[in-house]
Amino acid sequence: MIEQSVLDHSFDEESVEFGEPAARARREVGPVERLGQVVLAGGVISLVVQIFVGTWAGSWLGFASAYGGMVVGAAVMFVGRYRGTTPGIKHDGVQFDTMTSRGVGGWIAALGLTGLYVALYWAPGLLGHGTGAGGGPGGLVLTVDPLARVLTGGAASQWFLYGTLYCLAMVVFGVRMLMKYRHNRYQKIRTVSVVVAQVGFAFVLANVLVLFQLPYYEFNGVWPLKYDTLWPEKVSALWAADAPHGAFGVFLVFWTAVVAVLGVPVLTYFYGKRWYCSWVCGCGGLAETLGDGYRQLSDKSTRAWKIERWLIHSVLVLVVLATAALWLEWPGAHGFKKAYGFVIGAAFSGVVGVGFYPLMGSRVWCRFGCPQAAILGLLQRYASRFRITTNGSQCMSCGNCSTYCEMGIDVRAYAQQGKNIVRASCVGCGVCSAVCPRGVLKLENGKGAGDRYSGADAPLAQFLEDLREPPRP
Amino acid sequence: MHVAILGNGITGVSAALRLRELDPDCRITMISGESTHHYSRPALMYVFMGHMRYRDTKPYEDATWRERRIDLVRDWVVGIDTEQRSLRLHRGEPIGFDKLVLATGSKPNRFGWPGQDLPGVQGLYGLLDLKALYDNVEDCRRAVVVGGGLIGIELAEMLLSRGIDVTFLVRERTYWGNVLPAEESAMVNELIRHHGCDLRLGTELAEIHAASNGRVGAISTKDGERIECELVGLTAGVSPNLDVVRDTAIAVGRGILVDPQLRTNIDGVYAAGDCAEIVTGDERSTLQQVWYTGRMQGHHVAASILGDDAPFDSGIWFNSAKFFDLEYQTYGQVHRRIPGEENLYWQHPTELVSFRIVHKDGVVIGFNMMGTRYRHEVCERWIRDGVRVRDVLPRLREAAFDPEFFQPYERAIERAFTEQLS
Repeated sequence: MIEQSVLDHSFDEESVEFGEPAARARREVGPVERLGQVVLAGGVISLVVQIFVGTWAGSWLGFASAYGGMVVGAAVMFVGRYRGTTPGIKHDGVQFDTMTSRGVGGWIAALGLTGLYVALYWAPGLLGHGTGAGGGPGGLVLTVDPLARVLTGGAASQWFLYGTLYCLAMVVFGVRMLMKYRHNRYQKIRTVSVVVAQVGFAFVLANVLVLFQLPYYEFNGVWPLKYDTLWPEKVSALWAADAPHGAFGVFLVFWTAVVAVLGVPVLTYFYGKRWYCSWVCGCGGLAETLGDGYRQLSDKSTRAWKIERWLIHSVLVLVVLATAALWLEWPGAHGFKKAYGFVIGAAFSGVVGVGFYPLMGSRVWCRFGCPQAAILGLLQRYASRFRITTNGSQCMSCGNCSTYCEMGIDVRAYAQQGKNIVRASCVGCGVCSAVCPRGVLKLENGKGAGDRYSGADAPLAQFLEDLREPPRP
Repeated sequence: MHVAILGNGITGVSAALRLRELDPDCRITMISGESTHHYSRPALMYVFMGHMRYRDTKPYEDATWRERRIDLVRDWVVGIDTEQRSLRLHRGEPIGFDKLVLATGSKPNRFGWPGQDLPGVQGLYGLLDLKALYDNVEDCRRAVVVGGGLIGIELAEMLLSRGIDVTFLVRERTYWGNVLPAEESAMVNELIRHHGCDLRLGTELAEIHAASNGRVGAISTKDGERIECELVGLTAGVSPNLDVVRDTAIAVGRGILVDPQLRTNIDGVYAAGDCAEIVTGDERSTLQQVWYTGRMQGHHVAASILGDDAPFDSGIWFNSAKFFDLEYQTYGQVHRRIPGEENLYWQHPTELVSFRIVHKDGVVIGFNMMGTRYRHEVCERWIRDGVRVRDVLPRLREAAFDPEFFQPYERAIERAFTEQLS
């Protein structure tokens, strides 16, 4: 006695999917958001004029009007967009929006970002490097020259441009994160931390060192992520530097070693790898701010997980080999070094790492390549107190947690069984916990490492077992 | 042994997976006309609002069913022959079984309102309803949602997210008044209005009227008010889905009648989940129409099939929901009007956060929390162990489950409750 309309149901939900409902979502652009858009547009116009016409290019007026306009305009726009809404998760339409669902907008953004990175590394003239008066900066690079002169005491290069754009993007999208997650203190504090770490320690301080004729150094970068910090060329340059910065150079070498050898395992033991990956790291910082809109694009399949495990640890092996080869002066070491720098340092972590945000999510490098993440991940899985606890019985398997996990962890698979999530790739961004509609997930530093999952009390045995198959729940 | 499971919702799937865990050899076939694979029904609202795609709501990778040798059949069962022990399908060949689990779920209630079968009138339960909703929201300016419960408020949120005006008819004097105590319910009433929804408390649907195009055009309330609308959502509760069982020898009451081992009157035929009515004594029976009990009953029926005759026990009650942005959790007995029950209630002065302890004879029997998360395991243990309410107050921290850095409320709650107790 089933109704005929039910029997006639032949909609194939798997191949057709549902898509966007016809009724248009009414979102009025408020006056604050509108003001932000206008100021942003003004900033963009100023930038375009500077690049193609030359007026104000290289002047503070140009810098302030373009970058001030874009940053202030975008920040005000984001404030206006979220201000009138009730505090809470704001993911309506994410799967419909062309920018965040691999639509045309996303592809254009990906091409633009990838193009920018390709230019930075291999065609900096396109960005204006060396195209100005007397071989100095021109084009886009010239527009940040005033800031370069203040911070570094010298002319801007494409790398200074890169650093400037990177930090401004993090600030603007950091404001967006603060507004979007204004009901969630963990997200707010973490966002501020990662923006300060990058803007303060990896940009302003790093460049100001140069102003004082000290070596450029990003304090939130560590070997093996910043692989050259422990390579002979850089180390001997720092170590053997003449006064007045000889002592400082030695300090930097020790800083690198202490952080890598002592700081990393200790901090990871207490807090999990999130202390670095989503609170300090520059790559992570951009991923958590600019990349927030792309979290759902990460691949959650077991197949991706299997690829990830092999790929990320292979890169770790490569960087260790490259470092050893250079120190021990093996034949071919310099060729190896150049290849590593090109393939891993530039193409993978830069071009693919950021360029592919709108296609594969914000953590492609972090998940599939970063050797630092590999080390931190091994520590997190086998020798750390960190876990994501689950209120398992309250889980109704909706899938929000897995969908919004930027690292492609199938969080739901653990939550629906009431099991802790202790995965090497988890960066502790906390978004799974934030989007869960039933309060099932909580990031925690426990009282010990052995109680997190069955087998955690015998980490070496567990490691050997995990080698064979990914430890699915 | 071949076990056929009718329905691939949380109950059917829990039964199938637990059965395979306990018995590596039996043959398991899971049949559904609604979907090819199991998906999370509570997640449908997020598909409509664009938080997730349909495929994101599937809790298991497709390969899981193959790996665990659980055969999936996409078809409607239109007849059950309990003598021949076979299932007649709408499209395919009949399927024989040794054991049968009925996990057909429930259906939205239609209480016989005139006009309730007009195009544009629908419930919200499964994929067919979601598909209908996509069709019905085209050219829809205003919708009327009838029934102030969990599905009603979710449907209201879905429609509002697409720019449709919503009038929400709630029969009780306050939203979900038979489950939520007055203070929590008042919070939700205000929240509903804050989101721009036209909330009508104490208002009942009388009739649904057609427009000139033959689709729904308006409704009238029992007070005589007429409200123009192009969509009517019927969310006034659900009832067990007995469509395929009615013409068989399987005994039904409000639901498929089963004993505490989830067995029906027919040998080898079981029922579990929303569709099952568990008879626990003379004149006493329970219908549990919640995801969590569906999961538990699914697990239990698997054990029962393999000969475990322990009675089903859903343990200490728990549930959770989300009203727009406001999370709700409940443990134990709250708002049950038990003689001698007393309430301690605290609400944050400015934020949408509240906490309630229900106690009887000095012992904790229930918790409610709005806008703050607590550990199920701890709350349940306190209730099960009969911890005294005075002993719980200084220990609330143990159960706190909000993310790190969130403002802790335990001190304020302890202070307020200590005062209320004296």
